[in-house]
Amino acid sequence: MMNQSAISTFRIDIPQADIVDLQERLTDTRWPSELEGVGWSRGVPVEYLQGLAGYWRDGFDWRAQEARINEFPQFLVEIDGQTIHFVHGKSGEPNATPLLLIHGWPGSFVEFIDLIGPLTDPVAHGGNAEDAFDVVIPSIPGFGFSMPLSGPGWSDPRVTQAFTELMARLGYDRYGVQGGDVGAFVAPLLAQIDPSHVVGVHVNALVTFPSGDPAELEGLTESEQERMARFQNFEQDMSGYMSMQGTRPQTLAYGLSDSPVGQLAWIVEKFKEWTDPAAELPEDAVDRDHLLTNISIYWFTNTAGSSANHYYEGFHDPSAFAPKERGTVPMGVAVSLTQDIAIRRLAERDYNVVHWTEFDEGGHFAAMEAPEFLIDDVRTFFRRFR
Amino acid sequence: MRNLHAGHPDPASRGPAGAGNAEGLLTRRAFLGAGGAAVGIAAINPLTGFGTSAEREVHAMPNENASQPRAVSPAVPREEPDAEIRPFRIAIPQSDLDDLHRRLTRTRWPSELKNVGWERGIPLGYMEELTEYWRTAYDWRAQEARLNAFPQFMTTIDGANIHFLHVRSAEPDAFPIIITHGWPGSIVEFMEVIGPLVDPVAHGGDAADAFDVVVPSIPGFGFSGPTRETGWTTRRVASAWAELMRRLGYERYGAQGGDTGSFISRHLGLVDPDHLIGVHLNFLMTFPTGDPAELEGLTEKEQARLALVDRFNTELSGYYAVQSTRPQTLAYGLTDSPVGQLAWIVDLFKEWTDSTDVPEDAIDRDQMLTNVMLYWLTETARSSADIYKEDAASWGETEIFDLPMGLALFPKEIGQPIRAWAERENTNIIHWSEFDRGGHFPAMERPDLLIGDVRDFFRQLR
Repeated sequence: MMNQSAISTFRIDIPQADIVDLQERLTDTRWPSELEGVGWSRGVPVEYLQGLAGYWRDGFDWRAQEARINEFPQFLVEIDGQTIHFVHGKSGEPNATPLLLIHGWPGSFVEFIDLIGPLTDPVAHGGNAEDAFDVVIPSIPGFGFSMPLSGPGWSDPRVTQAFTELMARLGYDRYGVQGGDVGAFVAPLLAQIDPSHVVGVHVNALVTFPSGDPAELEGLTESEQERMARFQNFEQDMSGYMSMQGTRPQTLAYGLSDSPVGQLAWIVEKFKEWTDPAAELPEDAVDRDHLLTNISIYWFTNTAGSSANHYYEGFHDPSAFAPKERGTVPMGVAVSLTQDIAIRRLAERDYNVVHWTEFDEGGHFAAMEAPEFLIDDVRTFFRRFR
Repeated sequence: MRNLHAGHPDPASRGPAGAGNAEGLLTRRAFLGAGGAAVGIAAINPLTGFGTSAEREVHAMPNENASQPRAVSPAVPREEPDAEIRPFRIAIPQSDLDDLHRRLTRTRWPSELKNVGWERGIPLGYMEELTEYWRTAYDWRAQEARLNAFPQFMTTIDGANIHFLHVRSAEPDAFPIIITHGWPGSIVEFMEVIGPLVDPVAHGGDAADAFDVVVPSIPGFGFSGPTRETGWTTRRVASAWAELMRRLGYERYGAQGGDTGSFISRHLGLVDPDHLIGVHLNFLMTFPTGDPAELEGLTEKEQARLALVDRFNTELSGYYAVQSTRPQTLAYGLTDSPVGQLAWIVDLFKEWTDSTDVPEDAIDRDQMLTNVMLYWLTETARSSADIYKEDAASWGETEIFDLPMGLALFPKEIGQPIRAWAERENTNIIHWSEFDRGGHFPAMERPDLLIGDVRDFFRQLR
């Protein structure tokens, strides 16, 4: 018998004093200088960040965003000693498939906000009733309202275990999983830990690793070679944040917790570098209010450090790089041709890949950049299990 | 995005972790075992350049000339409109100090995990206590007065402001020496060593050991102020130093440095070999060739040095990975938040020094805070980080250095050379000292040992 009483309803209600404090800090920003003519090559340009910070302070309406999020039922539950926040959007359709949606860094549950309507109520969004889902969107421990972290040790396997427990408590014994970024690591693990309940796994922003055998990479297509080069460039030029978060998250946290422009820059850089390169600015790739809502969640919950700790756990979890058995649960993969690095044969080596879609408009944050595509691909993939 | 960076990599995969990279491959093992990006990038570091030769070659590939000796650049690449040397005194406006005080008062602290000590960074309790001391007890004006006791000057070289201390000895045969700080250091590192070097007799020494001391602030650091144009590599800084010494009328001089200052001092010998007569370093990275045989004969002490590098690569090089790639993004939090800047620097004063529980085991708290103040007050978090980005492109250089070199090794220093390897690229090492105490900041941690060693080395050359 599940203990349903442990689940409590939750609404976001940021104290007005916190909003005022944010605005005051933004007004009071002490800006760094910058080099001439370097564009975005060394990070976020001052003029761009000043413009965005000005809008965050004067134009962005947190209360409107908060109200929009609060339209969806949210809950808190304690699992394995950790407070876990989640959105639970139930469909009105009788045969809806339960679907767990898992965000990444520097994202949050709010990445999926525009998907909830079409996934739970396809008919109202020009779709078919048989494509309906009940959606469960948890915040990863240490992220957003799944805070504070109860302690060290919240590595992927433990997060995964907690999410299987969450689905069990909600009474779902047959469900699908979707995830990108961190979610693309956790979702396949979920299938491994809970194969009798997970019907299928859909991922985007998947990372695949060569084994080291050169034969494995013979005959790669041009597009695949581009992805390998992207991986190498990521490792050499784009992964500084990861090294820092994976080793000294607490040291990093002081500046990001105390300075909203520090937090803003740390995140918005990724929305420039990882989104569709056709977009000149982050807000050309994702809606600016959506972007700032995501960043505001980091700021208001003061989770720069605890979310960075997720990397520390990953770096220090021996199981993260231990050989794993090939997954048996059917998997669908959506690959951004502009930003992803997944190679099909490597994914097939590790997982039971039954569905593979490539898309060229949108990048790493598919749910925010290309929601129609992602909705369509998720529907197509899960139709095979209904 | 994220990956699973390994904290406990398989030693077998370490070797040329870039082995994967060398073949244009990224293997899960290499990616994970290499400590993810940390090694991939840290390995290339000319400032703290840890890694193997194999890795360096890989990373040097995009620049075909990187492993070839460069033509010696002229000391003054452009006409200086203003070669004047102007006296300088530090005088921070009271409003800047009030602003700092106000920001410290309203600090928004992060939470922390219990019982993890210093393993994930600086503990909250320590930070709160240090910040309270900074806000209420630390006396900037007293520190400023101490710095102003040294004659300081400003000049313009190659388009950049150069701030420097210039302390002449009263001894007639004083020998000129230029001492260069590193990151996250500054001229403040040398507050305790200048007096004894300039006036040995007043400090129990011998008049024959007197030096005229020049201590510049690297462009982008401290009172040299933020750089505005790209290209300030350690090599270019060395060319500016050669010009500075020329302007000061020194035709025969020595150089001393650690950390970034070690790279600059070594470059100085390469760009100004006719005037520089020797360098004394307390930091020098050396690299294996990849031949397993050369690892076999290492002494226990040498193996311990490699273990320090290993720990750096897996646990301590995050700051480097950020600074060498996205210094501007980092700068926002550090320029806006004094505790952000404090933490970013103090972490390394704990990890790189001969301390047990807190940085203050190894160094004076006020001196450490004065050093942090030089970053905060001059708003140079960004420009001081930029030098990592500048040097990242040319780290593969292996020019032979054949001027006399002296090395002082301190046990907690991460960048300690293996002698046989050091001698491959530095063919005239005439002095090699190993001490049993001290770390990365010997001028702050063990000034007595550093002073003695500098005297011993230059006594052979002056």
